[in-house]
Amino acid sequence: MNWSSLGEFVEMGGYGLYVWGSFLMAAAALAWEWLMLAQRHARALDNAREQAWLRGRRP
Amino acid sequence: MSVHVPIDVGVALDAPEARSRWLRFAAPSASYELAARLQPWCWGAALLFGLAGLVVGLGIAPTDFQQGDAYRIVFIHVPAAWMSMLIYVAMAFWAGLGLVLNTRASSMMASALAPTGALMTVLALWTGALWGKPTWGAWWVWDARLTSELLLLFLYFGFMALQAAIDDRRRADRAGAVLALVGVINVPIIYFSVRWWNTLHQGASVNLDRAPSMASVMLVGMLLMTASLWAWSIAVALHRLRAIILEREVDADWVQRLPEVQR
Repeated sequence: MNWSSLGEFVEMGGYGLYVWGSFLMAAAALAWEWLMLAQRHARALDNAREQAWLRGRRP
Repeated sequence: MSVHVPIDVGVALDAPEARSRWLRFAAPSASYELAARLQPWCWGAALLFGLAGLVVGLGIAPTDFQQGDAYRIVFIHVPAAWMSMLIYVAMAFWAGLGLVLNTRASSMMASALAPTGALMTVLALWTGALWGKPTWGAWWVWDARLTSELLLLFLYFGFMALQAAIDDRRRADRAGAVLALVGVINVPIIYFSVRWWNTLHQGASVNLDRAPSMASVMLVGMLLMTASLWAWSIAVALHRLRAIILEREVDADWVQRLPEVQR
């Protein structure tokens, strides 16, 4: 391990802004992608359920 | 190649029974089921490799004697850049397969890959800018590597916009496939740009023909992060494939009979 304290780890030898700007942006982007996708899947499922319900009502 | 999971590549295509096995997953219902089964493994692999990669890259790997700790951006930059190219090739492959074999599920797989590929490209450009500033003194330069990677982003956007603009799904698939296949030419241009032109961007981090130009612990960290993003991309693409299949096949009887639809 290179780091003797949390402060040192966050500071990244003076490059903290660049290093954390990269990693946190990547994490945020992946989280956002997952969220959008979960929403899209839920919408598609809702739509399919609605169709199934309408079909079930048809005589 | 990464995202070929629904196809058993090992079978001989000329044998009739093998051919039908090979084409079984061309049916959206079979792809849907397979995607659902593979997904948890991919999420798990992405998480495990990602945690290991972060520990190695941010914790264990030593500080670079030239670039200080700024070099640690490599652990997200290079994997994202690799995936941006790899996903493009996979997307063009599936789109081309859908064009030639007229299999809907292949085209849907191409559509499922595009947003993730675009995201990886954005991440490669973003992290590249944050690495360029402290090392070159510039967020952006119009050099061959950066410009061709930006073109890759526009190719992804073009593919998605073209598909969104055409109402007839199969026509949209075919038009997208042509665009994706023409754009493949850009991938070797990105990859070899640092050799063909005199660029500000540094050379390849890993070469097959000689020993890597970096310490092995750094290489391990980079490969772990690549494995993580690779597994992530497959998981996300399979999830998106399922959403796309539900959207496009909503009227099919098999969709209506799905347990998650019946409830």
